[in-house]
Amino acid sequence: MAITRTMPARSTAKPTQLGIFGIRGWRKTRLVLAILFAAVSVFPLLFMASLSFQPPSDVFSGTPVLVPTHPTTANYAQAWTENSFGRFFANSIYVSLGTVVLTVALASLAAFAFARFRFPFREVTFYAFLASLAVPGVLLIIPQYLLMSRLHLINSLNGLILIYVSQNLPFSIFLLRSFFEAIPRELEESFRVEGAGSMRVLTKLIAPLSVPALATVAMFTFNAAWDEFIIALTLINTPSHRTLPIGLALFIGAHTTAWGPLFAGSMIATVPSVIVYVMAQRWFRHGISLGGLR
Amino acid sequence: MTPYALILPAAAIYALFTVYPIFRQFDISFFNWHVFPGAENPFLGLENFTAAVHDPVVRTATFNTVLYVVITVPAQMLIGLFAAAILSDRLPAAGLWRALIFIPVVTSWVIVSYVFAYIFNDQGGVANGLLSLFAGHQVSIDWLAQTWTANAVIWIVGIWKGVGWSFVMFLAGLDGVPREIVEAGRVDGATELRLWRRIVIPAIRPTMVFVFVLLVIGGTQVFTQVYLMTGGGPYNSTQVLFTYAYQQAFTNFEFGYAAAIASMMAVIVFGLSVAEIQLLRRRNS
Repeated sequence: MAITRTMPARSTAKPTQLGIFGIRGWRKTRLVLAILFAAVSVFPLLFMASLSFQPPSDVFSGTPVLVPTHPTTANYAQAWTENSFGRFFANSIYVSLGTVVLTVALASLAAFAFARFRFPFREVTFYAFLASLAVPGVLLIIPQYLLMSRLHLINSLNGLILIYVSQNLPFSIFLLRSFFEAIPRELEESFRVEGAGSMRVLTKLIAPLSVPALATVAMFTFNAAWDEFIIALTLINTPSHRTLPIGLALFIGAHTTAWGPLFAGSMIATVPSVIVYVMAQRWFRHGISLGGLR
Repeated sequence: MTPYALILPAAAIYALFTVYPIFRQFDISFFNWHVFPGAENPFLGLENFTAAVHDPVVRTATFNTVLYVVITVPAQMLIGLFAAAILSDRLPAAGLWRALIFIPVVTSWVIVSYVFAYIFNDQGGVANGLLSLFAGHQVSIDWLAQTWTANAVIWIVGIWKGVGWSFVMFLAGLDGVPREIVEAGRVDGATELRLWRRIVIPAIRPTMVFVFVLLVIGGTQVFTQVYLMTGGGPYNSTQVLFTYAYQQAFTNFEFGYAAAIASMMAVIVFGLSVAEIQLLRRRNS
């Protein structure tokens, strides 16, 4: 794993063209290829969008069309009113926001300790956190299920949050530690001279300077929690506690191939991910490249 | 005192919900585990493990899981790196293309699985529609009902959904390539291919190792698209290890047996990751 924790030297001069395999400067070719990649990435999702606006008679006409011939919003009405979709949506928002807030807070505290303090077993503890990155997380669903049933956290949204936080901590601590370490110590010392304690240094100095990394962690964590399927499927049985992925998965079970309403629901479910992504995007590349992931 | 207090909340949650289950998993795998409280759980020793090794479905599932990793990991890395190379320099509306290429990553696995289930369905699906257009007659392949077409769809979904992540990682990696050296090499008349082999690839090697290791780990836990698109069928032929373990635990209530399969997977994947890192590090230095 690329555990380089040094701040890369970033030249301020305007970047020279890197070029690819001799087609340097072939801007038109590169542009065409870029558009092609973007098109392939979006193409399947366009069908989701299109079908969500089509009445069943068009969906099953036999020939798929990308532009709805008889556009309707009936699927949205059906998706939202059936299956307590609004409830699933609210549950997902609660779980995802709870996971983000807890993960960012706890990972910041721990990363701050790893980046700025010397103490016995520091590296051992740090690598103990990282070790689970090498163990597929979903594999733990069986013992986690038994643990949660003993703690009476089956059917509990807070229980889901705790598992998600635990899953997202290692990567978040890893990324934040690299980022915190790159902040010059002199800044911290001038703060300390004025009598600031550790918490003040973290909240008033380190955190404001680490917005790109914090935004990156928040985005990854939000998406992980928003999309998580297996654990929620296993731990949540009561319909009123279901999150969106489970709600959508059961939707198709109830109406075998009701593609229209399913994709209308999917469209609604995609909106928050896209909003979070668009909000985080301006920091995101910077957050990764400075976070020692290079 | 302070550093311990700062780490404690994270360590407590991590220890209870991740570390303890890792050890608990091994523990369960030695028993004929019953979920019902109060029921007796007879100790089986290694019986669950020997049963797993001789289970033909475990063999199929292992084969499919390995094949999934072998096919989707290199594909994601190559396509991701190629796209990153194209977009690493200024280009009109570069931000837009980057954002669109990343969109599949932020789209939910459940949604993506259903979108592809629609595209590859046998009644008016997009794939058959396009093929019919080229063939000039009605094509109706039941993609998800046949082993190899179903596996191919599972791979396509994995690659399509994952490329954006490798792309972003490589984009960040290419940001750190010392451009002065590339430029100097160019002035000296080195070919682009040579520049890539001598400067760019060595510079982004840490990124490549990181992406490779994480994709292998991710690939071994392939689950959602198999579970939702084929359910492991027809006749367990698209079963992967994790869908099979899950089915054993939560459909057949064979918790001990499922835990044994999961434990073996965990040991193998952990070993693989450590070996990959060691191997690639050594080549690096």
